[in-house]
Amino acid sequence: MARTAKKAAAPAAQQEPQIERPPQPKRYEATKDELLQFYREMLLIRRFEERAGQLYGLGLIGGFCHLYIGQEAVGVGLQSAMTVGKDSVITGYRDHGHMLAYGIDPKVIMAELTGRAAGISKGKGGSMHMFSVEHGFYGGHGIVGAQVSLGTGLALKHQYSGDGGVCLTYFGDGASNQGQVYESFNMAKLWNLPVIYAIENNKYAMGTSVQRSHSEPLLYRRGESFRIPGIQVDGMDVLAVRGAAEVALEWTRGGKGPIILELMTYRYRGHSMSDPAKYRTREEVQDMREHRDPIAHAERDLAAMGVKEDELKAIDKEIKDIVVGAAKFAEDAPEPEASELTTDVLVESY
Amino acid sequence: MATELKMPALSPTMEEGTLAKWLVKEGDDVKSGDILAEIETDKATMEFEAVDEGKIAKILVPEGTDGVKVGQPIALLAADGEQVSDAGSATPTADTPKPAMKEEPAIPAPESQQAEATPTPHVFETAARDLVADVAATHDEPEVPEGTPLVSSTVREALRDAMAEEMRKDERVFVMGEEVAEYQGAYKVTQGLLEEFGAKRVIDTPITEYGFAGIGSGAAMGGLRPIVEFMTFNFAMQAIDHIINSAAKTNYMSGGQMRCPIVFRGPNGAAARVAAQHSQNYGPWYASVPGLVVIAPYSAADAKGLLKAAIRSEDPVVFLENELLYGQHFDVPQMDDYVLPIGKARVVRPGKDVTIVSYSIGVGVALEAAQELMGQGINAEVIDLRTLRPLDKATVLESLKRTNRMVVVEEGWPTCSISSEIIAIAMTEGFDDLDAPVMRVTDADVPLPYAANLEKIALIKASEVVEAVKAVTYR
Repeated sequence: MARTAKKAAAPAAQQEPQIERPPQPKRYEATKDELLQFYREMLLIRRFEERAGQLYGLGLIGGFCHLYIGQEAVGVGLQSAMTVGKDSVITGYRDHGHMLAYGIDPKVIMAELTGRAAGISKGKGGSMHMFSVEHGFYGGHGIVGAQVSLGTGLALKHQYSGDGGVCLTYFGDGASNQGQVYESFNMAKLWNLPVIYAIENNKYAMGTSVQRSHSEPLLYRRGESFRIPGIQVDGMDVLAVRGAAEVALEWTRGGKGPIILELMTYRYRGHSMSDPAKYRTREEVQDMREHRDPIAHAERDLAAMGVKEDELKAIDKEIKDIVVGAAKFAEDAPEPEASELTTDVLVESY
Repeated sequence: MATELKMPALSPTMEEGTLAKWLVKEGDDVKSGDILAEIETDKATMEFEAVDEGKIAKILVPEGTDGVKVGQPIALLAADGEQVSDAGSATPTADTPKPAMKEEPAIPAPESQQAEATPTPHVFETAARDLVADVAATHDEPEVPEGTPLVSSTVREALRDAMAEEMRKDERVFVMGEEVAEYQGAYKVTQGLLEEFGAKRVIDTPITEYGFAGIGSGAAMGGLRPIVEFMTFNFAMQAIDHIINSAAKTNYMSGGQMRCPIVFRGPNGAAARVAAQHSQNYGPWYASVPGLVVIAPYSAADAKGLLKAAIRSEDPVVFLENELLYGQHFDVPQMDDYVLPIGKARVVRPGKDVTIVSYSIGVGVALEAAQELMGQGINAEVIDLRTLRPLDKATVLESLKRTNRMVVVEEGWPTCSISSEIIAIAMTEGFDDLDAPVMRVTDADVPLPYAANLEKIALIKASEVVEAVKAVTYR
């Protein structure tokens, strides 16, 4: 009978990879003026999007139209921390809010939605395809996940030219399953590119919930095997978002490479204007609206700072006028000249 | 002044709908974002939300009413503090007829507040509707043995039936893709399949086109019969490596040992105002690849018969549908097993003066043009290619031999296209039959613009086909 072999030395305990991690963000301590500004911007997005939904129902906007209602705190909280002219921003097709949060004129956005010559893409791009190179806003992309690789490339540009800029790359929970996201993660960390991956987790990729489509539903952990740290953030609280942005910017500007922010948020409307939204209950939507609304949250904070209701009402009126003006501009502006059909296909003539 | 709430247009193709359910009652206060009613459109049940604050003064259309036209007032909303009784007597200012265009002053007078508060909803402008109108205005006769009963069916239903029939027959057949199961299909093509066949055979995938195209191809190599649905073929660009490098070349590279019997299907081509990244015809792309079968049907009968054939084929098939055709009705033969041959074109309309060759939605445009031409004394023959690879040259050349003139109609770009190929075939193999150069009518050679007026210029039109036919017939 064979003797029992000598017990092999126990394998060394598996080492968890030692990843350097940023500090846990703190809720941003905004001054009254700052918070009023965040409030104003969130309200602008809300009212703009409501109007866009209405114009769609009136037949003035065509094709696809993806509204940002419910997610306002994410765009405003992140973009308020960025520096226009130095940093860059890129996103998917749910892009109206990100543009408004970057101070791009609501008139030219709405005019793009109505397909007019005065639109930011001369009416040729539409809701999903809007850009403002002047603002460092690189779109507005219609293909799910494409902006993640493109944003990583913008970060390469920042590093290459040493301009100190950071690229804020937005994508959704749905896009976070695309293969190119992980190819980009690998290179971003390999080369320590200054990119903030902002995953707006609104719980549903069109009609499919995160639980039904993600083997790892904690999306902030999606960078672990690439040694990219991630932070989960309350995306319904603009100050929590801004606090996370501060940490992420310090990290990326400090040359530590990419970082992931998973912003827990919610879209009140359907995926697009033609989504019957039967994959979730009305109670779920109502509950979010009543208890988690980012604008109501900011109102409470402002009240605690002593801001009177009258002051908020005045802001509401001011925003409403801006949006009505934008809608009127977008309705009245002429369509592009027929000759525009063939312009901009190539830059040069051959 | 009360505001009229009007029946909204909730989908690109909605003209009327059913007011399924009111979620508010008269006297209720509502604020922006509150859901007022459920409305059934041609595609789904949608929620109708308030965009202004106020009180529901009067419900004008009771729930359960069918056929409510887009723009019809369905309720009155009283502004804050306004008496409901005042609101009830609101005059519908938006219905005040506007002066005719020519009488309008050069500088338009400012619109009143009331008029702005109650604009009339309508469906957005799109040239896609003109394409659909051409389809709807023309008739298509399926090829069937005489005496076969016909049933009216949409292309959407025909595709679903084809998949369901093949799934009943063959356990190896399954469907996978984004939103195919629980959502019932992004364009409702897989409606009901989950219920009948269960989650094992109707598989929702994450948004990962490259991944699931590869998983489907691998499963096919292993002996299954996958049907991979792309939400649209625009998104198959993420997966094109597997379609071409994995699926199309396997049989050849393995010396015939290893097959990849898979169907990649989904909508292709322009839809309504969805702009450049969602509006491309990939027919020419895939048709250039040896090892692929490429099918692009027009009618519901062809969609059904050819999809069944595609699922049974031992080869990888790219099956290009068209979103604008999904809701269109055609006659479909009522047969237990209606399967059509791959690689055979069909003479949709016989004629003698000119041959118009097309495929997919272009066939509707060609048929509409043929109707117009008939009134001008030109009897056009219309050929639907149906399969783009292998291309049925014989049917095209045989027709050319009789008519001696040809126009190709293609909803897609002109350069390196199916029309390029047809013209090359006519030159090399039908030269002696040509009495005029072959002409083509295609989309403009630009990325599809979003603006309604530019979209209209960019897409093919029956009038352009009429002009081209006149040119080749020297009229």
